[in-house]
Amino acid sequence: MSNAQTAAGLGLPDVGPPRFPSLDAVRGGLADVGYLADESISGVVYLADRLSKPVLVEGPAGTGKTQLAKSVAELTGARLIRLQCYEGLDESKALYEWNYRKQLLRIQAGGPGEILSGGDDGHRGPSWHELEEDIFSEEFLLARPLLEAIRSTDPVVLLVDEVDRVELETEALLLEVLSEYQVSIPELGTVRATRLPMVFLTSNNTRELSEALKRRCLYLHIDYPDLDRERAIVRARVPGITEELADQVARIVRSLRTLDLRKAPSVSETLDWARTLVILGIETIGAAGARDTLHILLKYQVDIERAQKELLSVS
Amino acid sequence: MLDLLSDFVTELRRAGLPVSMTEHLDAAEAIGHIPLEDRDGLKYALAATLVKSSSHWRAFETAFEVFFALRTAHRGIEGLGEDGDGLPPEGDGELGGRGRGHGSGGGEAMTPEELAEMLFKSLLSADAALMNAVARGAVDRYAGMEPGRPVGGTYYLYRTLRNLELDAVLARLMEQLRDQAATGVGLTELEERLAADEYKARIETFRRAVETEIRRRLVEDRGAEALARSVRKPLPEDIDVMHATREELAELHRVLHPLSRKLAVRLARKRRDGRKGPLDFRATMRRSLSTGGVPIEPRFRHPRPAKPEIFVIADISGSVASFARFTLHLVYAISSQFSKVRSFVFVDGIDEVTRFFEGVVDPADAVARINQEADVIWVDGHSDYGHALTEFHRRWGTEVTARSSLLLLGDARNNYHATQTWVVEDLRQRARHVYWLNPEPRHYWDSGDSVVGEYAAHCDEVVEVRTLRQLEHFVGNLT
Repeated sequence: MSNAQTAAGLGLPDVGPPRFPSLDAVRGGLADVGYLADESISGVVYLADRLSKPVLVEGPAGTGKTQLAKSVAELTGARLIRLQCYEGLDESKALYEWNYRKQLLRIQAGGPGEILSGGDDGHRGPSWHELEEDIFSEEFLLARPLLEAIRSTDPVVLLVDEVDRVELETEALLLEVLSEYQVSIPELGTVRATRLPMVFLTSNNTRELSEALKRRCLYLHIDYPDLDRERAIVRARVPGITEELADQVARIVRSLRTLDLRKAPSVSETLDWARTLVILGIETIGAAGARDTLHILLKYQVDIERAQKELLSVS
Repeated sequence: MLDLLSDFVTELRRAGLPVSMTEHLDAAEAIGHIPLEDRDGLKYALAATLVKSSSHWRAFETAFEVFFALRTAHRGIEGLGEDGDGLPPEGDGELGGRGRGHGSGGGEAMTPEELAEMLFKSLLSADAALMNAVARGAVDRYAGMEPGRPVGGTYYLYRTLRNLELDAVLARLMEQLRDQAATGVGLTELEERLAADEYKARIETFRRAVETEIRRRLVEDRGAEALARSVRKPLPEDIDVMHATREELAELHRVLHPLSRKLAVRLARKRRDGRKGPLDFRATMRRSLSTGGVPIEPRFRHPRPAKPEIFVIADISGSVASFARFTLHLVYAISSQFSKVRSFVFVDGIDEVTRFFEGVVDPADAVARINQEADVIWVDGHSDYGHALTEFHRRWGTEVTARSSLLLLGDARNNYHATQTWVVEDLRQRARHVYWLNPEPRHYWDSGDSVVGEYAAHCDEVVEVRTLRQLEHFVGNLT
C-alpha cells in the first residue's frame, strides 16, 4: 500500500513524498549529523515516516532519546518544535489559547455602547455577530506547540518530551493530534495539518502510559549501546580523542554497567567523561586517573565506592 | 506472510501481551515496507508495532525466534542443500562455507579436544562465524537431542554447556592473557578486569549462539506452534512468586524497582488530586471581591486524609520467604505514603525488623539483612503462627491503635500447632483494618495444615496475592 492510498483511506492530509528513500539512507543520514543509530532506531524512524505514525521512545535517562528527535530534524532540514511536558500542563499551554487581552481591546475599540445595543443595524459600528466572528478568528489565536506543529507549512519535527510527566487525563489532549493530525477548536472549527509533521514522544517510564496513546504510536526502546556502538559514539562526539582512549572508555563503562549500581552511567555521562579526559590530557586511563574522575560517571557516593572497590581495587 | 503474522500475533496474545486489532494492522502495513529478506528489519518492524512495553520484549523475542527461525531454516535447506544449515540470512554462504572449512564437513567429525580448541580460538579472536560453527558442532556432539520430545530446550542447553566447561575456558583465556602480559609490563588490575569482562561478553554471545541452534533444531523437529507453547514464559508481573525459579526471581527483582517507583508516583498524585474538601468560606469571600461581591466561584479546602500506619507481620519460613521479601520491599518503597511503617518477621518466634529499614536508601539492602540477623527461631524453626502471634500481642499489642492497618503475610500452614485466633480477633478490635495476604492459590486454602479459614473469620479481608500484579493492586488500594 502506498503512502497516498493510506492517507486517503484514513482521511489524512496529503503526506507528501517520503522523507527517506531507504532504510540505509536513514542510517547514513543520521550518522552524517552525528547520531549513530543502530538497526532498531533507524528501522523505526524509517517506518514512522512511511506509516506516518508518531514514535514513542522509551529508555533509561541519557541514552539519546531527545537527541534522536533533534538529529532527525537536522537531517530532514525541519524545524524542531518542542513541547516539554510537566505536571499541570493543560490545553492552554499545549494546544492553543485565545488571546483574551487582545479580544478585550478589540471589543473596547468598537465602543461599549454599540455592543450592548448590537443587533441594531450597524450604523454605529460592528454588530454583535460580526464582532463575535471577528474576535474568534485566527488573528486572536495564540498557537501553542501542538497547534503550531499542525499549522506549520514548513517541514516540522514535533518533540513531546517526557510525556509521562503529565496526568493521565492530559494525555488525552494528545490523542487527536497524534492519530488524525488535527486540532478541533470549538469556535473556529477543525485545523488540519497541511504537512504531516514527524512526531517523537519521549518517556522516562515513571508511570505506565495509557493504552490509547501507546496504540497510536510506534514503540522504540533505546537501551544502553553495545561496546562497538558506544566506542563509535565517543569517537564521533568527542573531538580529539584517540582510538585507544575511546576504546578504553567504552570498555570501562561497559564493565561499570554490569555492576549492581543505583544509577548506571548513561551515554551522555560517558561523553562528559571522555571530554574531561581529553581536556586533562590523559592518554591512557590508569587506576589513579579513573579514581579522580569517576564522579563524572557516577552520581551516588555508594556507587562510586562500589565501583572503586570492584574495578580499581581501592577500598 | 499475513497468515504467519496472524499466527504470530495469536501467539503473542497467548503469552499475555496486549496486542490490539489496530496494532495488528499496523504490523501488516509495516512489513510491507521492509525488504523480506531482512530478518532484523522484520524483527524491529514487528517490535515497533506490536510490543509497547520494554518488559514484554523478552516474550516477544522468544516468540519471534521460534516463529521466524522456521521459515529461514526451510528456505536455507531448499536453497542451499544440506550444508546451508539454515543460518540467518545475512551472509549465509560465507558463514556456511567457513563453518565447513573449520569443522571439516560438519561438527560430527570433531573430537571433544578439537571442539574445545576451536571454541578457545573463536573466543580469543571474537570470530562470529567460527563461534556459530562451534555452536553447531557442540550441539551435535553433546545435546543428545531426541526427536519428538515436548521440551523447551533448556535441558539441551544445559547439557551442551556443561560439557564445554565454559568456566575453564574463561580461566584459560585469562591465563593466556597474563602470560602474554608477563613478557611486557604486566597487567594492572583494571586491565585484567576489563579483559575478563570482554571475554565474558564473548562467552555470552557464544551461549546465545548455542541456544539459537538448539531452538532452530527443535522448530524443525516439532513445528513453531508446538515449540512456542513449551517455551512460553509468563510475563514478569504474572510469575507465581512462591514457585518462581531462581532466574524468575532475578527477573522479579529487576521489575520490582520500576514497579515500586511507578506505584509511589501514582499514589502521590492520587493524594494530591483527590476529591475536593469542604467549602472554604473565607477564600470564597475573598475571591468574590473580584466579581463585585458575588461568589461566582466557590473555593474548597484541600483535603488532608490521614496517612495510615502500617504494621507488616510476615512469615519468613522457607516456603513463603520470597513472597514476604517482595511485599516488604514494595511497602517500604512507598513508605512515604504512610505515616509509619513497622515490620515484624516470624517463623515460630517473632522479631521487629523496622530498624533494618531506617536510614537505608534501597529497601533491598535491608531485606537482605533480615534473613541473616532477625531473631525468629523459638523452638524448631517450623512455622508456628499461634505462638508468633501471641508473642506479638504480648510485646507490641498495645501499640496497635485505631489508625493502624495490619498486614499479615503468610500461607497459614501452622504445622498443626494451636492457632490462637483470639489474638487476631483482639487486634482487629484495636486496629483500623486487618488484612491477610496469602501467596497460595485460593483452592489450596484450608487443605492440609493450612488454617487460613480460622484466621479469616477475624480479618477484614483475606486476599490471594500470588503475583506482583496482584501485590501492586493490593498495596495501591491500601492508602
